[in-house]
Amino acid sequence: MSGTSSLHWLIGRLDLSSLPILPALANPTPSEIVAAVAALMVILGGLGVAVLITWRGWWTSLWRDWLTSTDHKRIGIMYIVLALVMMVRGVLEGVVMRAQQAAGLDGGFLSDGHFAELFSTHGTIMIFFVAMPFIAGLINYVMPLQIGARDVSFPMLNQVSLALTAIGAALVMISLVLGKFSTGGWPAYPPYTGIAFNPGEGPDYWIWSVAIAGLGSTLSGLNFVVTIFKERAPGMKLFDMPLFTWTVLCTAIIMVFAMPPLTVATLTLALDRYLDFHFYTNDLGGNMMNYVNLFWLFGHPEVYLLILPAFGIFSEVISTFSGKCLYGYKSLVYATMVISVLSFTVWLHHFFTMGQSAHVNAAFGVASMFIAVPTGVKVYDWMATMFRGRIRLTVPMIYATGFLTLFVIGGLTGVMLANPTISYQVHNTLFLVAHFHNVIIPGVLFGLLAGYHYWFPKAFGFRLNERWGAISALFWITGFAFTFFPLYVLGLMGMPRRSASYVDPSFEPLTWVAMFGAALIFCALATLLIQLRVSIRDRAQTQVPLGDPWDGRTLEWSIPSPPPEYNFAIVPRVVGRDAFAEAKERGQGYPKPAGYEDIEMPRNTMLGMVVLIGGTALGLALVWYIWWLAVLSLVVMIGAFIAKSFVPEPHRIIPATEVAAAHEAWLAAIAKASPVTRAQETSAENRGLAALEMPEGAA
Amino acid sequence: MSKHDTIHPGLNLGEHHGAAHDKAEIGAFGFWIFLMSDLIIFGLMFALYVTMQNPMGQAGGPGPKELFDLTSALIQTMLLLVSSLSFGLASLALRHHRSRAELTFWLALTLLLGLAFLSFEARDFAAMFAADAGPSRSGFLSAFFGLVPLHGLHVASGCLWLLIMLIQIRTLGLSDLVKSRLLKLGLFWHFLDIVWIGIFSIVYLGGLA
Repeated sequence: MSGTSSLHWLIGRLDLSSLPILPALANPTPSEIVAAVAALMVILGGLGVAVLITWRGWWTSLWRDWLTSTDHKRIGIMYIVLALVMMVRGVLEGVVMRAQQAAGLDGGFLSDGHFAELFSTHGTIMIFFVAMPFIAGLINYVMPLQIGARDVSFPMLNQVSLALTAIGAALVMISLVLGKFSTGGWPAYPPYTGIAFNPGEGPDYWIWSVAIAGLGSTLSGLNFVVTIFKERAPGMKLFDMPLFTWTVLCTAIIMVFAMPPLTVATLTLALDRYLDFHFYTNDLGGNMMNYVNLFWLFGHPEVYLLILPAFGIFSEVISTFSGKCLYGYKSLVYATMVISVLSFTVWLHHFFTMGQSAHVNAAFGVASMFIAVPTGVKVYDWMATMFRGRIRLTVPMIYATGFLTLFVIGGLTGVMLANPTISYQVHNTLFLVAHFHNVIIPGVLFGLLAGYHYWFPKAFGFRLNERWGAISALFWITGFAFTFFPLYVLGLMGMPRRSASYVDPSFEPLTWVAMFGAALIFCALATLLIQLRVSIRDRAQTQVPLGDPWDGRTLEWSIPSPPPEYNFAIVPRVVGRDAFAEAKERGQGYPKPAGYEDIEMPRNTMLGMVVLIGGTALGLALVWYIWWLAVLSLVVMIGAFIAKSFVPEPHRIIPATEVAAAHEAWLAAIAKASPVTRAQETSAENRGLAALEMPEGAA
Repeated sequence: MSKHDTIHPGLNLGEHHGAAHDKAEIGAFGFWIFLMSDLIIFGLMFALYVTMQNPMGQAGGPGPKELFDLTSALIQTMLLLVSSLSFGLASLALRHHRSRAELTFWLALTLLLGLAFLSFEARDFAAMFAADAGPSRSGFLSAFFGLVPLHGLHVASGCLWLLIMLIQIRTLGLSDLVKSRLLKLGLFWHFLDIVWIGIFSIVYLGGLA
């Protein structure tokens, strides 16, 4: 007693029982052992990375070239690394959950609480720390290149956004080692997550990881909107923008408007928990349905925020690998805008059973069904783009075909769920789980993976291994089908979602099928990582320094791979759509510039790292009630921003001679290289210079 | 090639006069978007307040009629409105290259008015706490204390920002950077005024009507 109370001011409510390894030793049930192994994996993984970096002597370069960099390309890559690391954890959790349900007839090996923690972290991680950073990473890398810009509008803010996202991910990872995460699902509904029913640290971990990362997303959205409106290359009109950039614009606008409801929901829940407010409590006039409305006022636009950039990626991929300009460009743009607007009008379909009138349900049901119209337009546009195209079935195209087939099924079950009468029947069953995985995995995840394969050579200067890529893609597609199609049936049979165990033996066979699917998905993840390893090993044969391995159509392919820090030696003048493809057809893909100018680039800054460390400390302090640390970290962060504002904006000049030397050398290499046709594009001959083949319309 | 021969359709915020102007325009545009996002937060807090201002939300506790002091709210409104006027005069001083002393005077006056507003607001809150009407009393009061002090927190941040700008005008001089920051601070300050008009109308006038 005296020991803990005297330390209370120092370490808050932390004590030894917060470490999961000790309870596992004291009480070695399977559930505790799984938790302890997970904690050990985090600790050993962290130590392993630190040892590797020290052994290779990478710390200086990590600090100078990455952590303090304001280059949008490096920030983008860091976002994607973060997403891939978190994806490993998210997939493993999914596999453990499927194993639990397969073994779940009258029991299973996990405790109810542990299972609840798993579905809460799985959802939180997959949405906030896999999908969001993966998207933010691809946007960061690609969008400024597509519009011919040298960086985003606010490079320092960009670094801070990354730090805020990383803080959220760090808190979720730390929750494996210190204490427990929330058991309230990814939306964390009160009053269950209120202080009365859940006094522990779990919901606090959820609140601060999501609130802080959400702030980062708001700022990213702001940055992307301003970049697209203000930094486009001269001559690029809005309707000349590549479709990916269009979807980014719509997504960024959604971020600006839909992240604030999440901020409000999380912070008001925090007020309830920390300062005895009564927004959502059962007593004293609280109203938990306000929380549910706020959460889905964010949550529904969120899913379109995720899917729109994936639509953009598929548009680029399908157009490039069909060797045609996109069919129905304008209709795709308008469909994207319509989806963005509609995304704000359907949030209530997440809780048709709230008890509102049938008229309200009908209105939201109709609005939800209407989203299928613009989405259908898009699907037909993509198919029409492929029609009579010269399709090359590269890895991104495998993902695109998987997407077109599976996503349509997911969309159709969405239309079913938009009908309130059906929604009542399958409410809270696995049918719903099957539906949203059916749109998120083939839609968002396949899109992101297609984009990863498509733009990887741009970022690193060599192509990913095609064979392992195809294997991984097929594992993802079949794994998805085996895991989630049985869940539709189980849902219709009445199996509730989030069940750690069940008593009806008729559920068992299909849970085993789903378990088999989960094993395939595990193989998909493993082959994806093997592919990365193999590709790095064999990179000598897949170099594409000239920059255009896929006969690309948009500006990002008109520069070397990897691009120089300043992206474009000369800011291009854009005339019309598919600017680079047009230029290549006119034989002016690689013009010799008349002259070069000095380029002004932002200097490195430590601000992001101050935010990362201060923010993680702040989050932990709030979770564990360590008030001195909370105040200290807040003061340090605010102080850092104020101090920074007294230093006039630091810039670095890259002299014109340096730019000229690099650019001329690249142009010389292009002049010497022999272009490759599309048939050879996956061979070692492909150095990134595409042969001009049969311009469109010539046939 | 300089950037100002870019011709963008759509969102142009004014004529182009050179690289410095371009840069300021990008910053100002970004700040407008931040304000739009922040306004959503206020809008949602208003929505929470309105849905909880009913007998169920008040949970048998005190309501607007027992708690709100319209005289004090009116004084706060006046202080904030006058502070917007003084900030406007500061902007004019900046725009017409009047003396730095004049600019400093109007900004300092704005700061004082902001602090006066905050002290009146703090006094009101203290009185409510003394009457056992803090946020713990009811959902309605939680919503009140979620909304009105949020605006107060914004005003306090604005005051801190004003203080920093007063220092930077001395240390950094009236550089392009300082001028564009003053422009954004002005937007922020007038934005808070508009939000307060909402609070005064919906919370105070609406509550006492």
